[in-house]
Amino acid sequence: MCASAKYNTRGPALIPRMKTKHRVYYITLFSIVLLGLIATGMFQFWPHSIESSSDWTVEKRSVHDVPVVKLPADSPIPERGDLSCRMHTCFDVYRCGFNPKNKIKVYIYSLKKYVDEFGTSVSNTISREYNELLTAISDSEFYTDDVNRACLFVPSIDVLNQNTLRIKETAQALAQLPRWDRGTNHLLFNMLPGGPPDYNTALDVPRDRALLAGGGFSTWTYRQGYDVSIPVYSPLSGEVDLPERGPGPRRYFILSSQMALHPEYRSELEALQAENGESVLILDKCTNLSDGVPAVRKRCHKNQVFDYPQVLQESTFCVVLRGARLGQAVLSDVLQAGCVPVIIADSYILPFSEVLDWKRASVVIPEEKMPEMYSILQSVPQRQIEEMQRQARWFWEAYFQSMKAIALATLQIINDRIYPYAAISYEEWNDPPAVKWSSVSNPLFLPLIPPQSQGFTAIVLTYDRVESLFRVITEVSKVPSLSKLLVVWNNQNKNPPEDSLWPKIRVPLKVVRTAENKLSNRFFPYDEIETEAVLAIDDDIIMLTSDELQFGYEVWREFPDRLVGYPGRLHLWDHEMNKWKYESEWTNEVSMVLTGAAFYHKYFNYLYTYKMPGDIKNWVDAHMNCEDIAMNFLVANVTGKSVIKVTPRKKFKCPECTAIDGLSLDQTHMVERSECINKFASVFGTMPLKVVEHRADPVLYKDDFPEKLKSFPNIGSL
Amino acid sequence: MQTRKKYIFLTFLASWLLLFFFGGDQLRRFPFFSGRKVKARRNWPHWTDRSLLTSFADPRELQGNEDPSLPSPRERRAARLSVYKNSRCRMETCFDFSRCEKHGFKVFTYPRERDQPLSESYSKILASLERSRYYTSNPEEACLFILSIDTLDRDHLSGQYVRNVDEKIRGFPLWNGGRNHLIFNLYSGTWPNYTEDLGFDIGQAILAKASFYTDSFRPGFDISIPLFSKDHPQRGGERGWLYQRSIPPKKKYLLVFKGKRYLTGIGSGTRNALHHIHNGKDIISLTTCKHGKDWEKHKDTRCDKDNVDYEKFDYQELLHNSTFCIVPRGRRLGSFRFLEALQAACIPVLLSDGWELPFAEAIDWSKAAVVGSEKLLLQIPSTVRCIHPERVLAFQQQTQFLWDAYFSSVDKIVHTTLEIIKDRLLPHRSRSRFLWNTLPGGLLALPDFSTHPGDFPFYYLQQGSSPPGKFTAFIRAISPVGSLSQPILRLIQAVSGSQYCAQILVLWSCEKPPPPSGKWPQTTVPLTIIQGSRKLSDRFFPYAAIGTDAVLSLDEHTSLSTSEVDFAFGVWRSFPERIVGFPTQSHFWDPEQRRWGYTSEWTNELSIVLTAAAFYHRYYHSLFTEYLPVGLRELVDGLAACEDILMNVLVAAVTKLPPIKVTQRKQHKENVPQQLRLDPVLFKDQVSILRKKYPRLEKP
Repeated sequence: MCASAKYNTRGPALIPRMKTKHRVYYITLFSIVLLGLIATGMFQFWPHSIESSSDWTVEKRSVHDVPVVKLPADSPIPERGDLSCRMHTCFDVYRCGFNPKNKIKVYIYSLKKYVDEFGTSVSNTISREYNELLTAISDSEFYTDDVNRACLFVPSIDVLNQNTLRIKETAQALAQLPRWDRGTNHLLFNMLPGGPPDYNTALDVPRDRALLAGGGFSTWTYRQGYDVSIPVYSPLSGEVDLPERGPGPRRYFILSSQMALHPEYRSELEALQAENGESVLILDKCTNLSDGVPAVRKRCHKNQVFDYPQVLQESTFCVVLRGARLGQAVLSDVLQAGCVPVIIADSYILPFSEVLDWKRASVVIPEEKMPEMYSILQSVPQRQIEEMQRQARWFWEAYFQSMKAIALATLQIINDRIYPYAAISYEEWNDPPAVKWSSVSNPLFLPLIPPQSQGFTAIVLTYDRVESLFRVITEVSKVPSLSKLLVVWNNQNKNPPEDSLWPKIRVPLKVVRTAENKLSNRFFPYDEIETEAVLAIDDDIIMLTSDELQFGYEVWREFPDRLVGYPGRLHLWDHEMNKWKYESEWTNEVSMVLTGAAFYHKYFNYLYTYKMPGDIKNWVDAHMNCEDIAMNFLVANVTGKSVIKVTPRKKFKCPECTAIDGLSLDQTHMVERSECINKFASVFGTMPLKVVEHRADPVLYKDDFPEKLKSFPNIGSL
Repeated sequence: MQTRKKYIFLTFLASWLLLFFFGGDQLRRFPFFSGRKVKARRNWPHWTDRSLLTSFADPRELQGNEDPSLPSPRERRAARLSVYKNSRCRMETCFDFSRCEKHGFKVFTYPRERDQPLSESYSKILASLERSRYYTSNPEEACLFILSIDTLDRDHLSGQYVRNVDEKIRGFPLWNGGRNHLIFNLYSGTWPNYTEDLGFDIGQAILAKASFYTDSFRPGFDISIPLFSKDHPQRGGERGWLYQRSIPPKKKYLLVFKGKRYLTGIGSGTRNALHHIHNGKDIISLTTCKHGKDWEKHKDTRCDKDNVDYEKFDYQELLHNSTFCIVPRGRRLGSFRFLEALQAACIPVLLSDGWELPFAEAIDWSKAAVVGSEKLLLQIPSTVRCIHPERVLAFQQQTQFLWDAYFSSVDKIVHTTLEIIKDRLLPHRSRSRFLWNTLPGGLLALPDFSTHPGDFPFYYLQQGSSPPGKFTAFIRAISPVGSLSQPILRLIQAVSGSQYCAQILVLWSCEKPPPPSGKWPQTTVPLTIIQGSRKLSDRFFPYAAIGTDAVLSLDEHTSLSTSEVDFAFGVWRSFPERIVGFPTQSHFWDPEQRRWGYTSEWTNELSIVLTAAAFYHRYYHSLFTEYLPVGLRELVDGLAACEDILMNVLVAAVTKLPPIKVTQRKQHKENVPQQLRLDPVLFKDQVSILRKKYPRLEKP
């Protein structure tokens, strides 16, 4: 059912029970056969064997050898696209079914050559780009070769460019596809729709209910939530390698590079240039190029010649004006150059607008406002321009740069509609890798101050120090907001004391026995924890006063997404050793708190147990140390926030306290702790801990004020 | 035994040789040997001549496809205007942008006619509009017009149905075919089909309608609003019901529904099937046949038993105790249930095919609701069971954020509608989807201030950035003497001594002109004098001269030391969205007088940090001046020393968090109370003074 369900079942044992002697034989024999298989397998994939393997597959053929299909003149024509189609009306969702991977299955029809009654071909068999697109789909996880399991069908009839098509015959070719069924669940890719004189904004080929992935939709032809708006691919993407340029101001402020603009637009642009001078560059096609120079790779301004698309990198903003069609290939070039596109095309549906937040990567200006373009762009703050430049480049890299990128983004969008609960989030679609890497999305993002009445659950991890444990229980039970006490009995060899021996306290006390003596048991999200707040406390922490603990809880309520603890610790960069160092001196800064006594949200127990990155959890259990540092890393990494140290308390009774007192420097302990920090920093790939200079004290702490009027008078020992 | 072994050995050897002989190709054909990987998947072929294929378009066609014979862009736009009207309206064809240019985005409501009855909901909508900061009473200035005719209920069987709307509208000189008009509607059509028909011609007016069907929705033009009841509060609004984030985020029930089962008519398809998923344990789906006058006529075998079960559960109890709530279509697509579930943090599972979700132009519903398909009702239980707990937790929190940001009052619903329209006027000055869907939400992120998330105090973490390391000291001088007093000189010295100080601004709010520049102390940082207009709210005006994100607001009498400033600034950088300051006060509920009280006495709690010495983000100046109703600011100007309370209230309302008090050397005698104060790590500890970074903070 769910993806996780598969872990619950295990297959039966493979080797039947036999006498040991025979088993050895059989195993040897099996391994010989296995070796043989591997050998043949390797032989198979050795380069020289490729030729020999091709003769039984149909892979190695020319596109000219594909079967020819003759279309009778009276073969049926699909209806024109239905503008009211939506997923729930025109799409057969039952074909996709419920599957644990939440992936749609896409089938591609095999390539055929279509000719009319007179043997004239209907269109080019297939273009380079469409072949790339189908190859990408076929190599993706969406692909299936089983037509009966498919949820989406992609015809191999190439309709990328309407100009190369004979409309009626292409429609007939579509209609005779074996699973056409009025176009249900069929997906067509088109980049250049319409033709003279009216240039429709969607493919003119009648296509029944087929979905259209089209470049250049307008708001009138785009069926929101059904069609997918895709970019017009620019073949320059594959030809020219433009290295990413760092964000920042460029030589020109506005650049227009499109050739053959309508004279009216051109005169408006020239007016802009006349007004603002050098910072605006309006390029046109070159008229006096010597032969052999590809005209598409050059642009001219008066007599100056510029290389295209390299020149785009010289400008902060690049104009993308509509032509006869709304979708323009220049958009892709502009994004590739990291130039911020200024899109002037009323009613244009921007590529992948269903998922991409174009406001972060472009400026859209209504056609009427073109004369004001300069002042509008001037009002964009510099910091935002830099971010847009990065964002533009990222959009190109992720969704524009190849037919593969375009194909996969299109399928993913359709996939997200069919399995919305497994859809890719806004952040995944829009955040460039650098932002994904450095940003945090706090799992407890809602500012919510938990009600005081909820209280907290204290978890005491203990092994066998019963006497000290009982003292801790008695002490903690004096804290007014304690609502439950949970003792995690980590000793498997000894039973916990009998019920009657435990201290009598006013809140429920539960003992949980563990299966193994592991440190991570203290951070397990036990069902018995019914409050949000957890107080982790060691079985020897008897020095904390009830006021200190209660105050700690109050502080936690205000910072429920942080670790709130007493003694603070610091990590430092050791310049000599070039690595992190653990610091327990009494410094002016803190970046960690010890979890010998600390408040935190139960959610972090869940994270610690199930989502700890890498092998940290096992590593900690094996070393029997540093579980608190691991917790500090985890919380800081997921929230991006610092710990809160409360009250002046500097030490617990613990190995390192002696170190602070300077009696005997426990070097090995410090070295071990430093190693933990280095190990965790490398697993997390970053140093998530945040250093702060403040701690939390009660409002009237050490103020000249009668003690008995203070809420938390009994605070202050180190 | 021996022979058997030999035979076996030989057979294996032989088979191994055979396998090798036949080679991999043959092997792959044996289904027995082929794992999933080995099995030949019939992929798209690698054509031998694929490198020879031509491109789909000639490069020249891609880069300059302009046909010179085409009509000019201007003609094309003009032609569009005549074609795309009424049901095909878009902003660029049906909305007159020029009306909004001169006076900005101003909203005018038609004067109410006395004989015209108004429903409760519509009066609330009009009241919200009139209290909006965009309201104008002058139709000449207006960019957007709203009728005073109640158009909320267009079911002609309803008592609130207004007749002859068409005729009335045509009588209005301002109507102009509906251009630049906004029409609100909650109910359209009637039994049995409940169509989208409003019973009058809305022409080119923008329609803000509940239960919008995607088919009739004009994208980028119309607005889908939520259905709300007549008891929906005018302003403020109740908070959401999520008080604690339990882990795992499970409640007593997984999925619940309690409502009518339609036996016939539109919407019965889904409502009639809902009972199938009821399992009596964690999925409770209860239906009743009792509705309408003649339900017994259509009654089927289930009805009697269902009706009995139906009474066993309380709707409110289910709402409070379920993780997911089914929100199916009723006769119309939207229902009250939607907002109820949202408020209750019961994640809505929508079964309403074709519903254009409320404010979907701005709100990303995939973060707060499960959009199911009516056709796949029976998959819903397994679907919701498979949603990961982290996601459930995020969903729950997002419902609360959205409820509080856009839905909890009529004011919020109406203002969200206006802001969405306003964003369309200047696309380059509009909120990105990020701003709409991240705390504190679009209404509190003013695009007039900036469209860049990094300029706001709320998004540092999501952007992976940190607050910048400089601040502007902003000192208000109000003393009537024309010369500089000692305290202000000392203050300037102390503040300019901070390594984080970028500039000092003095707001001169005195009658006498400020002393000449020669009289001011020499500082290492630039010092600028701003001539104020002597209003109290002046100090929170968004002066262009404020060049840093952080503002240290000071009164001229404030006494602070450099280390206090340094320490407090460090704290602010950890809490950039809050007010971080020194002197504090508190509010309390006075039960005897039944009103809020204010105290400056020393208490154990604090809720207000005085802006006589406080750090905050400069964005709050913009919010204070532009977001707060004018009336509040005028009230503050009329009173003595209340502007900082208003600022505290504003910041608390935006962040839902209390301010932060930091420690201060010298003692001086909102609105979430707080019990803590932040001190330097070694504050007043019995350690050597040499170890301490801020020893001066401890001197008495």
